[in-house]
Order: sequence, then C-alpha cells, then structure tokens
Amino acid sequence: MDSLVEFLVAAFILLGAAFALIGSIGLARLPDFYLRLHGPTKASTLGVGGMIMASLLFFSWQAQTLQLQEVLIVLFLFITAPVSAHMLAKAAMHRGLARRKDTKGRPWKQ
Amino acid sequence: MIRILPFPLLSLLLWLAWMLLNGFSWGHALLGLLLALLLPLATRPFWPNVPRLRNLPRLLRFLALVHWDIVVANLTVALLILRSPRRLRPAFVELPLALTDDFAITVLMSTISLTPGTVSADVSEDRATLLIHVLDVDDPEALVAEIKQRYERPLKEIFEC
Amino acid sequence: MLEIALPVGFALIVLALLLNLYRLLRGPTLPDRALALDTMYVNAIALIVLYGIATDSKLYFEAAMLIALIGFVSTVAVAKYMTRGDIIE
Repeated sequence: MDSLVEFLVAAFILLGAAFALIGSIGLARLPDFYLRLHGPTKASTLGVGGMIMASLLFFSWQAQTLQLQEVLIVLFLFITAPVSAHMLAKAAMHRGLARRKDTKGRPWKQ
Repeated sequence: MIRILPFPLLSLLLWLAWMLLNGFSWGHALLGLLLALLLPLATRPFWPNVPRLRNLPRLLRFLALVHWDIVVANLTVALLILRSPRRLRPAFVELPLALTDDFAITVLMSTISLTPGTVSADVSEDRATLLIHVLDVDDPEALVAEIKQRYERPLKEIFEC
Repeated sequence: MLEIALPVGFALIVLALLLNLYRLLRGPTLPDRALALDTMYVNAIALIVLYGIATDSKLYFEAAMLIALIGFVSTVAVAKYMTRGDIIE
C-alpha cells in the first residue's frame, strides 16, 4: 500500500476515534443534561465522519476505484442526529430537568 | 412532467442512494430508476407543500460552508469540553425566525444542531421563535446575529425569495 | 503505520463506549440514559467501520447502516414516550 494513503487512513482513524472519545468525555463529565447534549451530538458525528473518510480512502485504494457506499452512513447520521438531539431536548424540557444555575435564559414550558 | 416527477431532486437522491447501496450494474440502474420514480409518487401525501429549490449554486456553497463550520466548531467544542466545565457560560437563547417555510426551518434547526456548541431545542407553535441552547456564549445577541447572517440568510435565498 | 493506528483507534473508541456505559448506568435521569444509549449507537457504528478496515472486509457496512437506522428510530421513540407518555397517538 502506498505510504501516503496509509498515512492518511491512519490520520483519519485517529482523528475520528479522538473526536468520538472527546464527545463521550463531554457526556460523562459535563454537569447538566443540556450541556451533555452537546458532546455526543457533535463530536460523535465528526468521529464517525473521520472513520468513514478513513474507510473510504482505504477501500477505494484497495479496489483502485472510488467506493462511496459509506457516504450513506454519514449522510444518514447528519440528517438524523439533529432530530434525535431535538427530541431529547424537548423531552428534557418537558420533564423540567434542572439546568446549571448560571445558565442564562430559561427553557420553555412544554 | 409535473405529475410524473413531483420531486425531481428527491428522485435523483433516491436513485443515487440505491446505486451506492448496490454498486453499479445496469440491472440495478433500471430498478433504481423505477423506485426513484414510484417512491416520490407513493409518498406524495406526506409532503404537503415542499418549497421549490430556487438557487442550486447557493445551496452547494451553503453545504460547503456548513461542513467547514462543523469541522472548525468541533475543534472549539473539543477544547471547551476538555477545559474545566466550571468556566463554561451556557445559555438558552431565543432566535426570532425570518424563515416561514417549515422545511427551511427544519434545515436551519439541523444546521444549528450539527455545528457544535449550539443545539436547537424547540420551535414555537407559531413558527416565529427558535429556542437554542448554547454551550459557551459571551454575548447571546451577537450569536443570534451571526446565525441569522451566516445560515438563515442563505437558506432564505435558497428556498424562498 | 496502520498497525499502530488501528489498535489505538480501537482503544479510544472502546474507552468512549465505557464512558457512555458509565453515563447510562449513572443516569441520573431518563433523558440522560437515552442520550447515553444514542451515543453508544453512534460509537458502535464507528467501531464497526473500524473493524471493517481492520479485517479488510466490506461485509460490515450493512451492519453499521442497520445500527444507524435502529439507533435513530429507537431514540426518537424513547424521546417521544418521555414527552407524551405514548409513542403512537
């Protein structure tokens, strides 16, 4: 395998994995639900995005043709991630979950 | 023409998705074409009023901008998460909407949620205000102005006049 | 280079999954658990894609796609249940 492609694949794998981990760190350590919502819905999307880029490069290089299948996963995640985040935020506001005291503004009544 | 192809772009997307899933062969190209024609017709009642896409180059530029912003903002949020959480300044911010079309509003909300640091939490019944939760904000009004300028204006050009 | 990047990638993702598991068990509220589960789905997709690269096989693509589909639908169903007390009204 060409060393440049190998380097790029390795870089995308590490980038993706690092962002997945950072998102999950956010989920584990941030103090209230609304803050936790930020970690996973963001970093995980880029985390998977990086993995998919690595996979695209890897398989395209192996087959020596463009392999775009994996793009479907990213496309699907980018469309659905905001929807699940929105639904979860609505659920949290409906249950009146506590927010950190210094949060400016207030959630709406559901 | 309009009756056969109610949503040409949706048909094109369906066909492309089918081809990506199955790999290229003439048989699948034909089957995909059939599905791309029939599915929009069958699901037509689910789409009461879809806005016309008015400005394709603008849409492509908008998509490029959003992807770039996702990458940049991801780095910012990564730093924010790794720092001490006590230094975060979270806020619920209300954004008055200029968009009127449901689909355009949905796209705006998705954009806001996908760019790290902001999550769109709710939209009011009359579609006039958006509630956004921000991870770390100094000046909420500046943020609202930026979102309106950066995302809402292009969307208005793309979907409405 | 891949022989270093692959194990490191696996380790980071597994660590991420463990952190999600911690949040899933700890809670403290139902939306927190639902969010943790949703994140686990996303991380599992990343893990499967990585496994596909490691084993040099495209077989796992469908598995990743299915998890993406099921994860989304179940998260929305749970969130809907939490807001309305019902899934199909």
